[in-house]
Amino acid sequence: MNRIIKIIFLDILKNKIILAYTLILAILSWSSFGLEDNSAKGLLTILNIILFTVPLVSILFATIYLYNSTEFIELLLSQPIKRKKIWLSLFLGLSLAMVLAFFIGAGIPLLINAPDSVGIMMLVIGCLITLVFVALAFLSSILTRDKAKGIGIAIMGWLYFALLFDGIILYLLFQFSDYPIEKAMIVVTAFSPIDLARIQILLHLDVSAMMGYTGAIFKDFFGTSLGLLLSFSLLCLWIIIPFFISLIKFKNKDL
Amino acid sequence: MKKLIYIFLFFSSFLHAHVIEVGANKPVKSIKKAISLAKIGDTVLVHKGVYREGNIVIDKRIVFLGKGYPVLDGQKKYEVLSIKADSVVVQGFKVIKSGYASLEDPCAIKVYNKSHVIIQNNILDDNFFGIYIQNGKNCLIKNNTIVAYGKEEQQIGNGIHCWKSENLQIIANTISGHRDGIYFEFVTNSVIWRNISTNNIRYGLHFMFSNDDAYITNIFKNNGAGVAVMFTKNVKMFNNYFEENWGDGAYGLFLKEITDSHIIGNKFSKNTSGIHMEGTNRIRVEKNVFEANGWAMKIQASCVDNEIVNNNFIGNTFDMGTNGSLVLNKFDTNYWDKYEGYDLDKNGVGDVPYHPLSLFAVLVENNPSAMLLFRSFMITLLDKSEKVLPSITPDNFIDNSPLMHSLPL
Repeated sequence: MNRIIKIIFLDILKNKIILAYTLILAILSWSSFGLEDNSAKGLLTILNIILFTVPLVSILFATIYLYNSTEFIELLLSQPIKRKKIWLSLFLGLSLAMVLAFFIGAGIPLLINAPDSVGIMMLVIGCLITLVFVALAFLSSILTRDKAKGIGIAIMGWLYFALLFDGIILYLLFQFSDYPIEKAMIVVTAFSPIDLARIQILLHLDVSAMMGYTGAIFKDFFGTSLGLLLSFSLLCLWIIIPFFISLIKFKNKDL
Repeated sequence: MKKLIYIFLFFSSFLHAHVIEVGANKPVKSIKKAISLAKIGDTVLVHKGVYREGNIVIDKRIVFLGKGYPVLDGQKKYEVLSIKADSVVVQGFKVIKSGYASLEDPCAIKVYNKSHVIIQNNILDDNFFGIYIQNGKNCLIKNNTIVAYGKEEQQIGNGIHCWKSENLQIIANTISGHRDGIYFEFVTNSVIWRNISTNNIRYGLHFMFSNDDAYITNIFKNNGAGVAVMFTKNVKMFNNYFEENWGDGAYGLFLKEITDSHIIGNKFSKNTSGIHMEGTNRIRVEKNVFEANGWAMKIQASCVDNEIVNNNFIGNTFDMGTNGSLVLNKFDTNYWDKYEGYDLDKNGVGDVPYHPLSLFAVLVENNPSAMLLFRSFMITLLDKSEKVLPSITPDNFIDNSPLMHSLPL
């Protein structure tokens, strides 16, 4: 298993795209931190990277990589290796490369410029978001054999979580504004990993505004150690469940 | 010449003030006894010890001095010191445990309708009301440390409570744990200077119907609802710090029905709302720093002719909030860290106006739960398009000459 991970990891590193991704992240983070003497703008840039760029690159790159390595997977399958092992090492190899890219590109400037709870929180959440979207890529690539369709599903998935979902929430908020919906909203956010990530970072970044009345409800929930634990475990579920479904499908797939 | 001196000496013997000492080893053991013995102008010097004498009334002009902070204990039953004479000096006492009552307001030290009273260098601990000036004139309250341990608003009184007074000086006191740190009602021509008011249950400073006052260089930190200034004209608020007032009803500075006043050189940091204005007219907000607040300023549509100039807005979640579309106030030459314009002629002033009111601030005002979506990509997109083509936010809510660099404040 370790050998397969190593092969995939090295293969991805040879691929120049991931290096370019690291470089772009690094340039964005360093330049935004260097823009002003306080770290606020840099943190905001990295927040947008985590909520926007990281999911897009993770899901697209992983999906395309999986489609392109169909032959390699078939070759592996002809060897006496368990299917579970192959799929898991593919996932680990890809995730490792993506997380490393995020860590070097955005994580290091974060740790240097904002070495407090906000910075560490962003780093951890950025890594988790990478893992979530790699897992979703595995799911979307296993759903169909057609490459164009699979990539289409991946892009749709990203669009849904990054844009559409918040649009729906905004719509619901205003449709049901006469009802006490704060608690229901907390439940609804669990359905989007990006929202979970965003709210956790928000509670650290905009603490003064989040202490308003409804903010206090969110803070009471997400800000406590129980809420923190819960939202982290929800993010982990967002990694485990899509991957697990894809694993079952892969096991039973007729290749 | 010699005669003249003898005459002076003769009369000066009348002027001579006695010192009456009170203490366990002194001839006079009781403070009440000492006060009754004292003549006008005498000094009552109280030595270290604990004195439980119920309500002590000072009804003649004396200097009431404590040495080594003698403790005056109200045993949770009495008002401790009642001052019912002009020009009394109270200095160097530790006053503790005044009574609690809902009809009267038992205090540690209360001044009844008198003038030129000086209360300084005292320590007040665990009292219902701290220092109470009722209808006083020209009084000085200085260097007192006032601490209480209130849990609920109705169970505790104010630290320094002034009612219907004039020409007061409240200087360098430290107040914490009361309902309102400093309370002013119908107090005019007074100054509040260099006080530190923290961790009070309601307001750090509560200010009503008190015209022509100034408060300068005070620190108001971590109070339940910040500072409230209401129904007042001609207030000067200079160089104060308003910090860490968090909660939905908490403001760094809450202004209601204020006219013709100045807010200059203050620093607002980490409040839910830095300044909240309601029905406020002709105020000049100048050279203040707004830093890391939820809302730097909330200006309700009922405010008219206020000028917000030369301030720094740095790292606030929202720069502005409002509840309507009417804008009758002026914003000019402020520094906004969210400004994204350019300065082609390099004169330090941005070439395009800045809209400090974001779409999302309006959305949250209408529907506070929407805060959940803050910094979402979708919201950022909406905000950007609103900035280009204002439709929901009032299009005249603008700073026409935003600064490119922050002011050195």
